[in-house]
Amino acid sequence: MTVPHGSDTEPYLKVAGVTKTFGRFTALKDVSFEARQGEFLCILGPSGCGKTTLLRIVAGLETQDVGRVFFQGRDVSNLPVSKRNVGIVFQSYALFPNLTASQNIGYGLKNRRRDRDAIRRRVDELLDLVGLQLMGPKYPAQLSGGQQQRVALARAMALSPDLLLLDEPLSALDAQVRITLRSEVRQLQRRLGVSTIMVTHDQEEALTMADRILVMDHGRIVQNGTPSEVYNKPATPFVAAFLGAMNFIRDAVKESVGVIRVGGIRLHVDDRFMDDLAPGAPVTVAIRPEDIVVPPAGENPRNALPARVGTLEFRGPRYRVSFHLSLGNGRVWTIDAEIATEMIRRLGLQEDKEMAIHLPADRIRVYPL
Amino acid sequence: MSNKAITAPGLPRVRGFLEALDVDRWLMRGLILLVCLWMLVAVLLPLVQLLSKSLMDKNGAFVGLRNFVEYFQTPALFTSLHNSLFVSLTTTGISVPLGFLYAYALTRTTIPGKSLFKSVALLPLFAPTLLYGIALVYLFGRKGLVTTGFFGFFESAIGINPAADIGVYGAVGIIIAEVVYTFPQAMLILSVALSLTDARLYEASESLRASKVRTFFIVTISGVKYGLISACFVVFISSFTDFGAPKVIGGNFNVLATDIYKQVIGQLNFVMGATVSVVLLVPTVIAFVLDRVIQRKQVAVIAAKAVPLVPRPHSARDGIFLAFCLVVALLMLAFFATAVFASLVKIWPYDLSLSLRHYDFSTMAARGYAAFYNSVRMSIYSALAGVLVTFGSAYLIEKSKGMYLFRQVAYFLSMIPLALPGMVIGLSYIFFFNQPRWTLWGLDLPNPFNPLYGTMAILVLCNIVHFYTVSFLTATTALKQLDKEFEAVSESMAVPFYKTFHRVTVPVCLPAILEIAMYFFVNSMATLSGVIFLYSADLPLASVAIANMDDAGDVAPASAMSVIIVLTNIAARLVYGLMTRGVQKRTQAWTRPATA
Repeated sequence: MTVPHGSDTEPYLKVAGVTKTFGRFTALKDVSFEARQGEFLCILGPSGCGKTTLLRIVAGLETQDVGRVFFQGRDVSNLPVSKRNVGIVFQSYALFPNLTASQNIGYGLKNRRRDRDAIRRRVDELLDLVGLQLMGPKYPAQLSGGQQQRVALARAMALSPDLLLLDEPLSALDAQVRITLRSEVRQLQRRLGVSTIMVTHDQEEALTMADRILVMDHGRIVQNGTPSEVYNKPATPFVAAFLGAMNFIRDAVKESVGVIRVGGIRLHVDDRFMDDLAPGAPVTVAIRPEDIVVPPAGENPRNALPARVGTLEFRGPRYRVSFHLSLGNGRVWTIDAEIATEMIRRLGLQEDKEMAIHLPADRIRVYPL
Repeated sequence: MSNKAITAPGLPRVRGFLEALDVDRWLMRGLILLVCLWMLVAVLLPLVQLLSKSLMDKNGAFVGLRNFVEYFQTPALFTSLHNSLFVSLTTTGISVPLGFLYAYALTRTTIPGKSLFKSVALLPLFAPTLLYGIALVYLFGRKGLVTTGFFGFFESAIGINPAADIGVYGAVGIIIAEVVYTFPQAMLILSVALSLTDARLYEASESLRASKVRTFFIVTISGVKYGLISACFVVFISSFTDFGAPKVIGGNFNVLATDIYKQVIGQLNFVMGATVSVVLLVPTVIAFVLDRVIQRKQVAVIAAKAVPLVPRPHSARDGIFLAFCLVVALLMLAFFATAVFASLVKIWPYDLSLSLRHYDFSTMAARGYAAFYNSVRMSIYSALAGVLVTFGSAYLIEKSKGMYLFRQVAYFLSMIPLALPGMVIGLSYIFFFNQPRWTLWGLDLPNPFNPLYGTMAILVLCNIVHFYTVSFLTATTALKQLDKEFEAVSESMAVPFYKTFHRVTVPVCLPAILEIAMYFFVNSMATLSGVIFLYSADLPLASVAIANMDDAGDVAPASAMSVIIVLTNIAARLVYGLMTRGVQKRTQAWTRPATA
């Protein structure tokens, strides 16, 4: 298995300053990133953010207006897709309906008479790889969605591409199948060590599958980091809200070092997030629902706040509970928290109950307004 | 490993160029240019020449609109415009309601024998319009069956004389013939429109307790209003430009199509022929443009999740519609039966014994079966070449990337033939291809296309252009249903586009391809208006032979030849049916449930 190496000379894939407009609409604005060999990169963002356009430019299906694309140091910016040696899986799979799975997979393999056996062996090898050993003679319409996706994957891998590009490959599948296929695709990619870029709008997919995530919004990359970085240290409120749920309150003020004032409440915050802000600067405060805790009886941590229980939404193993925090002057901050069902039972939580909740100082994110 | 040593010093530009050169993409671009060129030569340039001819006098000097002034000031010529409009508007007023009722019966009732009714209704598509003229003569002419009350049979048998002379020569006959000719087209368009409705609209209407009449007007009619409008335009254009029926049964009632023929063939007045062609062209183009504009307004009427309407039985309604369909179908069959009967009768009306005498075509016009074989050959060539050109062009326009302007232009040019009457195509081809040299605006060039004149090639070309648009749209619709990314997948695997075209596109689109081939074949067999100007003495054609035999008074052989054309087309349709079933079987193999 190839070890992903951070090359000191050239990255495996480099995209530099790519801009693309369609008429008056700017799809991509000055996009740059790098990828290492064997890395699984996810481009994540809402519809219309330009992620598919970016993928197609890397593939060579679209041409950028400005900017360059490099594969292993080689400038491929002007090369058509047929010369770039990439494998592509489209959202619709684009399997040829009149060809069997084997014929689909072997489509790109040269077909001279003496190669016939070699081709058959390669196709069988690929079918094996994706776990469809006996499905070779079946036609796409006879296969389930998940099986079709795997044929599409095998077909993309048949020519041993340098780069595997996936355009929302799982979005057409049922939720259960999607979850299964997620890990299968990831394991396959790890086993083969092929550098992969996947476009998706599903943040859960990105978090579970990627080595690194590029979060995009309106044609720009807003954050480039590991799933953990992107989730726990979102660079902007947009990223914070897009990955996972997030509570926001906007009219907060940095009072002093490590202290934020929200209405009548004072919150202690890890100052690392705010050290470049002056006292009195307006900020947005954010905290994830799962980071809000109910302090154990008897404890009174710094950021414990009195709250009234609002609604309780049953979600199986946990509840989504909304709390109303009084900010003084009649202002109320309604904040969502994830509380385990077991705790709900133990504390006997119900609507309108008055209790304390704790917002841990190191889990609060602060953004300049 | 250093990646900088790939390019040799001194040649980086050439290397880069060769590396980036995508032969397949340039091939595709070249082909698209070819398509634009072909449309230009086959459609646009002849048309332009026709138009310019109408602005010149006999010696080629530019005279502006003088010819048109002359036209509108000559009552003998001008009345034919009025006549044509009268005929086509009347036809529209009769054919569309009939077509609507018939289509309604087929799609919204539960009458039995629907496929049979549909087949009978489509029969006129297989026949030259001459046949209706001929059948009308035999039914309502001076010695016609109805005019003489079945030769007094009824009178002697029952004592009543149902004879009626409807004055069939002239407007009446033309209108009847055009109604028969356009009925299947109206019915088809309205069938499609009526079957594309969401059942839930009716359920909603019912649950809101709207009366049946109100439901009909609010839901049904507005649902099909675009179909109705389209049907009206199609019927109008078809009947306005038809030549065969007025030729046989027009009598002294002049229409534009026969005028053109008389000017060109009868008086060798090409200039006036061109002028009348333009007069014919203008309303046609207007109707065509209006239809397109209205079609564009048709937002997707069908939501993706629409529930198709399944008609419920209703005995009173079904009974009425069944009776209606029976009457229409029987009348239709009676028409054809008359033509067949007339072709088998030894000497109408004197010796009514049956014989195949008229089928040996020993008259001058047909020269045995030469004309028929030529027509079959021409139709086969037209089908083959037509499929190639329309499907190929549709593929290039639909599936290639870049060259947006050229593709738009090519698409637009592909719509033009629908607005061109056959006579206009034929006449413009005479002007364009018959000249040994071109003298346009001071340039004097030899005409490279001159050798085509008088050959089978020009006939095939004329047919391809004449029936181009419908086929092109069929191809485009089929191609649009393929996954958009087939070509991208193929390219990413460095498989050239023509391989994917051959291995995937064509097999999947085979039903549409067969349909296009059949459309070209059937129409080429039956067409008259274009080829009447372009056939040559060495290349007699069946439809032309019919017209000439009728002219010469050999109506029975003319009827016989018409019957043969119809039978040939029916045979072609059966072959098509068999081939389609074979293709369907293969397609089903792709979706048969897994046996493992």
